[in-house]
Amino acid sequence: MPSLVLTVNGVTVDVEPGTTVAVAAMLAGQPCRVSVGGAPRGPLCGMGICFECRMRINGKAHCRTCQIVCEPGMDVRTDD
Amino acid sequence: MAAAACAGECGVRVGLVDDNFSPGGQIWRSESAGRHAPEAAGWLERLRAARVEPLCGVRVFDAPDPGVLLAETADDLCELQYDKLILATGARERFLPFPGWTLPNVMGAGGLQALVKNGLPIRGKRVVVAGSGPLLLAVASYLRKHGAELAMVCEQAAWGSMVRFGFALVAQPAKIVQALQLKKDLAGVLFTASSWPLAAEGKNVLERVTVSRRGKSETVACDYLACGFHLVPNTELASLLGCQVEYDFVRVDDFQRTSVPRVFCAGEPTGIGGVELARVEGQIAGLVSGGRIAEARDLFAQRKKLRNFAAALDGAFQLRPELRDLPSAETTVCRCEDVPYSRLQAYPTWRAAKLQTRCGMGPCQGRVCGPATQFLFDWTPDSVRPPIFPARMENLAALASSPRPEQQAVTGGH
Repeated sequence: MPSLVLTVNGVTVDVEPGTTVAVAAMLAGQPCRVSVGGAPRGPLCGMGICFECRMRINGKAHCRTCQIVCEPGMDVRTDD
Repeated sequence: MAAAACAGECGVRVGLVDDNFSPGGQIWRSESAGRHAPEAAGWLERLRAARVEPLCGVRVFDAPDPGVLLAETADDLCELQYDKLILATGARERFLPFPGWTLPNVMGAGGLQALVKNGLPIRGKRVVVAGSGPLLLAVASYLRKHGAELAMVCEQAAWGSMVRFGFALVAQPAKIVQALQLKKDLAGVLFTASSWPLAAEGKNVLERVTVSRRGKSETVACDYLACGFHLVPNTELASLLGCQVEYDFVRVDDFQRTSVPRVFCAGEPTGIGGVELARVEGQIAGLVSGGRIAEARDLFAQRKKLRNFAAALDGAFQLRPELRDLPSAETTVCRCEDVPYSRLQAYPTWRAAKLQTRCGMGPCQGRVCGPATQFLFDWTPDSVRPPIFPARMENLAALASSPRPEQQAVTGGH
C-alpha cells in the first residue's frame, strides 16, 4: 500500500495519498482546533463551509483541512 | 460540470471555478483513490473534450464590479473576468444544535461521507445516522458498503409523510429504482422514523448518543454520529451579485437566468431537488449561455418532471416543531464564537443577536448557525456583504493598495 508520512501535533501519521489533512488529524487522535471557550473541535461539514477543521499547516494558520490533501512531511498543528 | 461542458461545447471559452480540490461537487467528487462515479467520469471527459479550463481550489470571496469576481487560491489572489456567469454553488447540510453536537466525531451526514471519501477508514466503526432527508439513506448505504456497522438510522419525519413522498415517486421510475436499491443495501439496518438525537456524550470525543425513538429515549454507543437535517442552498454569492432571492432560493426564469443580466443559476440554489435536477438545470444554463436556445428548450419537460419530485421532497421532510426544544440553555448554537442558546433567546432578530453576542460573526459567517437560528427563533438572515468567505489580510490589503491585481480572463461557470 503506498503511503505518506506527516505529523499532527508531533504525532506521526501514515496515510494513503489523496487523504485530506482533516482525516490525518482524526487518525492521529488530535483535535483540529480549540474553540474560544476551550473545547476541542473536529470536522463538521466536510466540504469547507463550517471552518471547524481549520488548523495550522507548516506555520500557516486557519487552513481548512478538509479541503487540503496531505503532503509528505507536513507539520500540522491544532489551531488555537 | 454539466453547465460548463454544455457551454464549452457551444464553442465559448469556459473556466470552471471550484472551491474543492477536485471537480464534481459534493455528489460527484472523486474518492481519495481517484475513482469517479461513472456518470461523473462521462462529464469529466466532456469537459476535457470541450477544453473547459478547470480552476480547482479557487474560492470566490467578492464581486466588486459587474463581470469581475475576486478569488483566493491556497497561495494567491486572482481576479476572474466573465461575460456570462453560471452559479452552481450547491447546498450545505442544515445543522441543528442539541447537547453535545460540538463534540469531535459528531458531524454532518454528508460530512462523514465526504471524510470517508477523503480517506477516513470506516470499516468496523459503529455509526448512528440521524437527521432528515433522503441524503441520510444514501449516506447510510455508502457507509455500509465501506464496512461501517450502522447502529441506527433516525429520520425525524413521520412515516406518514414519507409514504406520501413515496406516492409522489410513482411518476419517477428512475427514483423508484434508486429507492429499491437503497432498501436492498440497507436490509437489516434499524431505520426508525419520528426519531431524532437528544444528546451526544463522551470525554473529548463522541462515545454515545441518546435518541428519541418514537417518543422513548434510548442510548446507543457509537464511534460517529452522522447528523444533518436536510439541505439549505448556498445563495451567498448570488445575493452578493444582487440576484433576487425568494423564500431562500435564487429566482430564475425558464432559461435559468437570474434577475441580474448575464448571471445564470442552476441546481440546489434554485430549489433543493437533487443531482438529476441540478444536472438538467446546468445543461439548460450552459446551452442558453452558449446561444443554443432550441436545445435548451428540449430539456424543459425533463426539468419539469424533476421539479415535481423536488416539491414532493420539500413536503415530506418538513422539520417538526419538537426539534426547536433540543438545545438546553448551555448548548452552543454559534460554534465559531461559542454562543450558548440561553444568550440568544432574549433577542428579537438575527442582527440584534449578532451585535450583542457575536453569534454568526465567526469564520463560517453564519453558514451553520444562520439556518439553525432561522428554524429555532424564526430570525431572517441579514443582507450579504463581502468578503463572503474569510480572505487573508494580505490579499485584502493588496486590493486596497492596488484595486486591480493580476488579470485572468475567464468566461463562465462556477
